[in-house]
Amino acid sequence: MEQEYKENCAGESRRDFLKKSTALAALATATPVLLKAAGNDEKIAGYFEKIPLQLEVNGKVHNLSVEPRVTLLDLLREQLNLTGTKKGCDHGQCGACTVHVDGRRINSCLSLAVMNEGKNVTTIEGLADGEKLHPMQESFIKHDGFQCGYCTPGQIMSAIACVKEGHANSVDEIREFMSGNICRCGAYPNIVDAIMEVKKGGQPL
Amino acid sequence: MINFEFVRTSTVKNAIAALSKTPGAQFIAGGTNLVDLMKKGVAAPKRLIDINSLPLRDITSDSKGILIGALALNSEVAEHPLIKNKLSLLAKALDAGASAQLRNMATIGGNILQRTRCSYFNDSTMPCNKREPGSGCGAKNGYHRMHAVFGASDKCIAVHPSDMCVALAALDAVVHTAGPKGERKVLFADFHRLPGDNPELDHHLQPGELITGIYVPANSFNKQHYLKIRDRASYAFALVSVAVALEVTDGIIKNAKLSMGGVAHKPWRLISTEQFLVGKAASKETFTEAAAVAMTGAVGLTHNRFKIKMGKAAVREALLQAIR
Repeated sequence: MEQEYKENCAGESRRDFLKKSTALAALATATPVLLKAAGNDEKIAGYFEKIPLQLEVNGKVHNLSVEPRVTLLDLLREQLNLTGTKKGCDHGQCGACTVHVDGRRINSCLSLAVMNEGKNVTTIEGLADGEKLHPMQESFIKHDGFQCGYCTPGQIMSAIACVKEGHANSVDEIREFMSGNICRCGAYPNIVDAIMEVKKGGQPL
Repeated sequence: MINFEFVRTSTVKNAIAALSKTPGAQFIAGGTNLVDLMKKGVAAPKRLIDINSLPLRDITSDSKGILIGALALNSEVAEHPLIKNKLSLLAKALDAGASAQLRNMATIGGNILQRTRCSYFNDSTMPCNKREPGSGCGAKNGYHRMHAVFGASDKCIAVHPSDMCVALAALDAVVHTAGPKGERKVLFADFHRLPGDNPELDHHLQPGELITGIYVPANSFNKQHYLKIRDRASYAFALVSVAVALEVTDGIIKNAKLSMGGVAHKPWRLISTEQFLVGKAASKETFTEAAAVAMTGAVGLTHNRFKIKMGKAAVREALLQAIR
């Protein structure tokens, strides 16, 4: 049995395998998709019903269908394959899942996907212009603003917002307004340097 | 996360109707606390009513005060010129809370209604009278370093986690609500409850009611400060915090409003301290005496006794920084 399992999985990544098995499980339990309209503007999705969701991610409009309990983070990673956004704590404490929604940085792990109808999301994958990296990405590389790299997408998304918000005027201010992004490798001094350089460079972000 | 029905609504009337229709229904705005609690199995609403489209996001002012819509984001309020100029205490308290990302999601109404961060409440395997009435208080005989030194009961020693609410309590804010029975205005100091025998109730919001806004009356405080003491420099809940609003003329305190966070089940107004301060010189000596008044009656347990000494030092320091 064990051998058979292994053979079946050969050539598949763990992620592909998980996706397939999840899809099978979903088929087994899914009830028909149904959207009821009650009253003027009240839309209801029942327990296992999926709800249509339109979302612009990194400039591309997606017409999706999601269960109400799916977080924006899981939608990005599991449905749109945008795995650059990381799941760290999944409780809004670490900042690894930071993305921009309508230009604001948020923790995508604490946002239900269905609450973002019609919104514009930018993830780490949306920063580079082809082969040309975003100035903040360049600066993180130049200043060695990471070690293991797991928190880095969140750090970079947060750092761009920090500069745009006007909260990158001093080391202390950067440290305060970047406090929602934890780096367990402790790359903080270099992260601060990277942000300071982008701020001083004054390039449009 | 346990599945739930999801409802989107865009008028206050429909939102209230949608809530009343299903027992176990809850409003969701920013979701920063509720989604977390749902993931932990601490909250399991049967129906979520997304109120983010309600027209409750404006910040407006008249000669008598400032009205902040319940759906205004914590970051929007903290950055708003009206708040920065006239209510710097509120702006400082908002900036002291959570992280930039969370402040971009969390709303004013949701901030007021957030649940305690007591680790026993937040762990569904532990006894907690607030989460499961009658199950006991895990904190009382457990580890309670973060817990209350004022107004606790046998049933619950949890503290309210908000910074913003500490400032609003000092500023005599008014909570505006709408519900099946109409609209109400509740003084901020009367909004949250002490735990008593019913710690499952955090506040005096009636069933079916929605917070629509916060009104902060105009004031003549020329010295304001929010001091927060925590385990790390940023992004942590308060061990102790102090909101100070003073009107000082020619070195004499004409009016004083103070409240503390991290010490009770609700923002803790320091009424006796305020009375003590009025009419006295704004000096180090006055503030030292006032700090002793502030912590009178505090009761410490094994692990949180330090908060009494820390609270005294914090009140004095907050007053000193306010007049600096």
